[in-house]
Amino acid sequence: MHLLEAKNVHGGYGGMNILNGVDLAINADEIGVIVGPNGAGKSTLLKAIFGLLRVTEGSIELRGEPITNADPGELVLKKMAFVPQEKNIFPSLTVQENLEMGAYSRRDNYQHILEQVYHFFPPLADKRAQPAGELSGGQRQMVAMGRALMIEPSLILLDEPTAGLSPLYMADIFERIVTINAAGVGVLMVEQHAKQALKIAHKGFVLVAGQNRFTDTGMNLINNPEVAKAFLGG
Amino acid sequence: MNELVFFINNVLISGAVIGSIYALGAVGITLIFSILRFAHFAHADLMTLGAFFAFFLTALFPAIGPALGLPTAFVMLPLAMGLTALTAVYLDKAFYKPLRAQGVKPIVLVMASLGVTLMLQGLIRMFMGTSSRSLYIDDRKGIHRIDVPFELANRPIVITDPQILLILFLVVAVIALHLFLTRSKLGKAMRAMSDNPDLARVSGINTQKVVTVTWIIAGSLAAAAGTLLSLDVSLKPDLSFMLLLPIFAAAIVGGVGHPYGALAGGFVIGFAETLSVFNWAVLLRPFRDQLWFELPANLAFVPTEYKITVPFFILLAILVWRPTGLFKGKVL
Ligand SMILES: Nc1ncnc2c1ncn2[C@@H]1O[C@H](COP(=O)(O)OP(=O)(O)OP(=O)(O)O)[C@@H](O)[C@H]1O
Ligand SMILES: [Mg+2]
Repeated sequence: MHLLEAKNVHGGYGGMNILNGVDLAINADEIGVIVGPNGAGKSTLLKAIFGLLRVTEGSIELRGEPITNADPGELVLKKMAFVPQEKNIFPSLTVQENLEMGAYSRRDNYQHILEQVYHFFPPLADKRAQPAGELSGGQRQMVAMGRALMIEPSLILLDEPTAGLSPLYMADIFERIVTINAAGVGVLMVEQHAKQALKIAHKGFVLVAGQNRFTDTGMNLINNPEVAKAFLGG
Repeated sequence: MNELVFFINNVLISGAVIGSIYALGAVGITLIFSILRFAHFAHADLMTLGAFFAFFLTALFPAIGPALGLPTAFVMLPLAMGLTALTAVYLDKAFYKPLRAQGVKPIVLVMASLGVTLMLQGLIRMFMGTSSRSLYIDDRKGIHRIDVPFELANRPIVITDPQILLILFLVVAVIALHLFLTRSKLGKAMRAMSDNPDLARVSGINTQKVVTVTWIIAGSLAAAAGTLLSLDVSLKPDLSFMLLLPIFAAAIVGGVGHPYGALAGGFVIGFAETLSVFNWAVLLRPFRDQLWFELPANLAFVPTEYKITVPFFILLAILVWRPTGLFKGKVL
């Protein structure tokens, strides 16, 4: 059984359809990467999966259980986390408060998770009392991912976690994503840095105009000359 | 010295009192705006409604206050606050929530709140008539005259029980609100939702609960302000007309979305009012021989009857020169 499976997903904003039948599936220990041109509907797909956008046709399942158009709050309880592309922190809250908000749905003591997140993102530990809005772009991205990790997710959706970061920072974030995945967390992420992202991907999806253009393993996509030419910059 | 006492009574004490009232109203407006993104015009009517509940409860149990040595209406305050908070929560459920569910623009909610204003004013008049009433029914207002220890001063500083209670209440309420917003899980969630409502949802924050708590806080602070003001002056059904403009001015002066800004804004408006209607001739009288002009009997910036124009002009000035308010706030 797949960890996450989306079948023939349609949806959009208002009356306009952006997703025109997307299929996608990843297993529990996998990293899935969605690439594609700007405006292809990558962010829209993640929002639709996370219940932030009405799915008008098709279905989405988490471990075989239907979650189509579920409430995001419900999905959080099912240990699914989402890091949006933009506005993914609470700028006036401190770093620590941002992480605490990630743990809002928890009823237990999550102090050890907090320490784990600080251990995983050392720059945050020094800034825990600082408003998150005062951090650098890379540090904000860490806050955003840290917030999502607070529920100890079994599936994490990441929308362009390396957007606007320098190559060094980017490699660093990818490395951390691999580590998170190695700890047993399924990852579905959208990336502009397609080649580097597909390198760490078990599954890759090339999305164009709200539909799958190519679906394969990460390596096969990189080695596919057609994909390389059109989507990976040669 | 009498002149100074006159200044203390008419500017410092009056300003602090009316400033506290405005602050309590403005904090509610600012919180509602932060969470629900609309200007809640019916807020002043929640203040009147709270005072009305307090009046009603005082009439029902007039003997409780004297037994405790406090004004009965003040003893009833927690109940009046609770009833007003409940009303606010249900007003939201009945009128604003269905509109939010439709995803309407904020202006539609503002219009709806104008409708709620008219409805509440009608209801209050229906039950209470149009006359003004005292919130002291079986007890009497305690007035403290503090003699100033100077030979030349034969006039006392005057402060009333409700004024003392109001200032004490404000201090306690502000500390409690601060602790709530910075220490409690729900308070932090409230700030988070004010910061980024979409991410709050994504994080699994119970946004409906935050909305309810916002109405409870705003409603109960409004009730307290209305009751304590009515206790000091009297309960008039048109109280909200006098409060609406100043509390909005206070919220905007403070920077909408900033509870502490709203607090400061309340005092800015309160003192601006008392300073501008103050008869400065009184302070100048001891120096009248040194002055190069004939001292008129009344020298105030604004005649008392036009006091309401003061917040109006401050509001205009702020919107023109510093639309985000003294503290950085959202532009309405
Ligand atoms: N909130 C919105 N309301 C209406 N249309 C939207 C909204 N957000 C995105 N769109 C439209 O949906 C389409 C897909 O947008 P989406 O954000 O999913 O693209 P994307 O693949 O994530 O692109 P990028 O790589 O630039 O992030 C675009 O044509 C965009 O104009
Ligand atoms: Mg996108």
